[in-house]
Amino acid sequence: MMEERARQAEDGAGFIRIENVSKSFGSFKAVDEVSLSISKGELFALLGGSGCGKTTLLRMLAGFETPDAGRIFIDGQDMAGVAPYDRPVNMMFQSYALFPHMTVEGNIGYGLKYEAMSDAERKDRVREMLELVQLTPLAGRKPHQISGGQRQRVALARALARQPKLLLLDEPLGALDKKLREHTQFELMNIQYKTGVTFVVVTHDQEEAMTLANRIAVMDKGVVRQIGSPTEIYENPKSRFVADFIGSINRFAAAIVYVKDGIAVLDCAELGQPLQARAEDGFEPGMRVTAAVRPEKITISRERPEAGNVLSAVVHDLGYFGKDSLYRLQLPTGKMISASVVNTRRAGENERIAQWDDAVFLAFDPASVILLRD
Amino acid sequence: MNRRPVFLLTVLAFGFAFFYVPILSMIIYSFNRSRLATVWGGFSLDWYGKLFHNRQIIDAALLSLEIALVSATLATILGTMAGIALARFRHFRGRTLFSGFITAPLIMPEVITGISMLMLFILMANWIGWPEKRGFMTVTIAHITFSMTYVATIVQARLSSTDHSVEEAAMDLGAKPWQVLRDVTLPIIAPAIGSGWLLALTISLDDVVISSFTTGPGSTTLPILIWSKVKLGVTPDINALASLIILIVTVAVIAAGVIMARADRKREADIQRAIKDNG
Ligand SMILES: Nc1ncnc2c1ncn2[C@@H]1O[C@H](COP(=O)(O)OP(=O)(O)OP(=O)(O)O)[C@@H](O)[C@H]1O
Ligand SMILES: [Mg+2]
Repeated sequence: MMEERARQAEDGAGFIRIENVSKSFGSFKAVDEVSLSISKGELFALLGGSGCGKTTLLRMLAGFETPDAGRIFIDGQDMAGVAPYDRPVNMMFQSYALFPHMTVEGNIGYGLKYEAMSDAERKDRVREMLELVQLTPLAGRKPHQISGGQRQRVALARALARQPKLLLLDEPLGALDKKLREHTQFELMNIQYKTGVTFVVVTHDQEEAMTLANRIAVMDKGVVRQIGSPTEIYENPKSRFVADFIGSINRFAAAIVYVKDGIAVLDCAELGQPLQARAEDGFEPGMRVTAAVRPEKITISRERPEAGNVLSAVVHDLGYFGKDSLYRLQLPTGKMISASVVNTRRAGENERIAQWDDAVFLAFDPASVILLRD
Repeated sequence: MNRRPVFLLTVLAFGFAFFYVPILSMIIYSFNRSRLATVWGGFSLDWYGKLFHNRQIIDAALLSLEIALVSATLATILGTMAGIALARFRHFRGRTLFSGFITAPLIMPEVITGISMLMLFILMANWIGWPEKRGFMTVTIAHITFSMTYVATIVQARLSSTDHSVEEAAMDLGAKPWQVLRDVTLPIIAPAIGSGWLLALTISLDDVVISSFTTGPGSTTLPILIWSKVKLGVTPDINALASLIILIVTVAVIAAGVIMARADRKREADIQRAIKDNG
């Protein structure tokens, strides 16, 4: 499924092109010089905190807001001056925006009302859509007579019924509870795969973005900070903002002492000892950098292990989350470090690797250290 | 512990009594044989019979009804348009002024509105020769200007509290602005428009002040007629007339309730059937 999607994506590179698009409300820049290129058949996520301009960008794609500057192309067609009702784009709204006075069937069929097609075709399409989202039994109900998850599916079917070239989804799972959300994520991916429609999904939930999308754009204050696959964004964040926003991370201020065989040795006051990190090109001795390590890359042990970086620490606090445990550890310098341990063995409370106030060793590979330019 | 409910119930009883006893006594006295409104002279339906032979009252009632229907309908159309403009077009030139003009008649004393209307009609008659005489037309126009502001306010309030994205969704799905208005906006605000129409109707039906200023000889509405008759003393025929109006209103309210309940039941049944058919 993933390869298929990647292949589709290659065929239609630049299917949606957003070029230097800006939008201000008064003197406030909601979207600032954003450029994005999305391929055909991609499931692309816009990820960012509240108020960073995700919805505004989506609304410009749908035609509800006009960019102050920049251009938007969909399938080669310039969207400037094209009204929302003439765009080959459909949107699933954050609040679903179902028509309260129409039945489920009426909602889904509304988009076909002004399409040139026969009544029979229209009926067929609605039936097809109802089947796609498994709502056939509820076709005659009104939106207020169905559950939140069902409403979400009606909104999706309604937006897909016109077979748009691009489907915009604004926080599609925002109103669902956690369990239903996880289930619906896969349903959404499945539907995207079946229909082959290009999806742009807005979300502020990084896990959701990573699960759903094959590419993610991380936004902050109207600016796109990084674009890449979930793995790239998580393992190779290019800035402190992205590193912090996606998952949790331990950060240390450091300076590069020397680089040898692609391994940089850093001087790090917070650790109280030198740190080794794999350095890409462009990191030179003397540079001030931020070194970052994700908690799950750090192992905890009682005996001193063999590893590129080994630190001694004391367990300050620990939290048990079922599948994993999070340790807060204090270094001799006073610096706090987080490390997470997957609970691979079934063990009682007294059989943990370490307890409160135990002295332990922390180890991580130089390749696990991310270097970020300050 | 027990005192408070008793106290509250007493207050409630007094409240209801204050409101309904006069109405009840009026209905009872409408069956009074005696000519004097305050002396009971035995049961009789005479006054009702006389009512139906009193051309003056019947004409006034018909005129009132005609004015009310025409003015309420036109006021609803204009008021709905104004309400939509106020709620949906947030930024247009002169919006504040427009909004002020719409709501001004709501707080203006009726006497002032009446006088200014009268002045306008007189000046217009002098300058452009229209209206030649005051009557149905002038009262209707006055009622429209007055009651459309109520409709506009109700529609605006309803629309402001509904999610604008529903209309955007329709546009996103291929509907042009007027199609959005027809398919989505109007059905959603239909209840508000309906209550606006009813309100405009009742305002017109019981208006005395503005009608008195803007009407002319030969065009007496029912409230004006009642008002002028009562000045000469309350007579049993007025009681009979008022009782009839109460009867009509009660029947209308009950009918509306029954119709709505039936529509609800039908919808529920439809849903049940839809579920059975498909599953
Ligand atoms: N019509 C508007 N007028 C003025 N400011 C606006 C308007 N729409 C959005 N904004 C501002 O632009 C910024 C971006 O808004 P936007 O709705 O795009 O955020 P978002 O990323 O979708 O946030 P959320 O995750 O909370 O939905 C916000 O600070 C918001 O206050
Ligand atoms: Mg948003």
